Amino acid sequence: MRRISVQAEDFDPGAEIAALQACAPGAGALASFVGVVRSDAAHPIMSMTLEHYPAMTVAAVERIAEAAGQRFALLGCTVVHRFGRLLPGERIVFVGTAASHRRAALEATEFLIDWLKTRAPFWKQEHLADGSSRWVAALAQDEADAERWSARPSPSERLV
Amino acid sequence: MAKLRILYFAWLRERVGHAEEERVLPQGIGTLGELIAWLRTQHSGYEAAFSEPRLVRAAVNQAFAGQDAAISDGDEVAFFPPITGG
Repeated sequence: MRRISVQAEDFDPGAEIAALQACAPGAGALASFVGVVRSDAAHPIMSMTLEHYPAMTVAAVERIAEAAGQRFALLGCTVVHRFGRLLPGERIVFVGTAASHRRAALEATEFLIDWLKTRAPFWKQEHLADGSSRWVAALAQDEADAERWSARPSPSERLV
Repeated sequence: MAKLRILYFAWLRERVGHAEEERVLPQGIGTLGELIAWLRTQHSGYEAAFSEPRLVRAAVNQAFAGQDAAISDGDEVAFFPPITGG
């Protein structure tokens, strides 16, 4: 079971996990990640806009989920990614995986979010208290996090 | 005569001044790299958008593509900064 949604509306992480479990009978492990709009003392923001490439986004996320399915022994996975204007504390992205055992579920979740960060066509713009806005620069660390999945096969990855 | 639909996202869109356009290409433009070089001569917004090539990514027909990627009539080309999703 694979569920991909690119949407403006919020989502319910508990409901997503329950739906994932319902579609993956026999799963012994469910793992999930929720990304949230961050605003803290070191870097306060008023809001964030997520722009995306509508004609490409769902297909790009499908390809990422497909890659996860090839690498890990998954029974199901869910990706929900929001776009539009979001306030601090609002949820941005949900990744959920179901597998027979925890290692595949946990590692596939990490893989999915690492690849979403660098391979799903979204761009974040932060809006600051002084009225200015800035596009978030891609982090070399994010690229390195995504690339390590190419370089280092992990124990639960299937040999293709 | 090749006609392209070209899309721009994030700060590339802001610098170019619009989100999308249709362009008829002059003879001799067959790759993304050649398209960028030609666009830069069109007006200052394009020059500003493409002045740092290492910060520009592209897709042809919704698939990521490099500078050497071939482009042809009817393609949808998109230019954008490195992705900041998740």
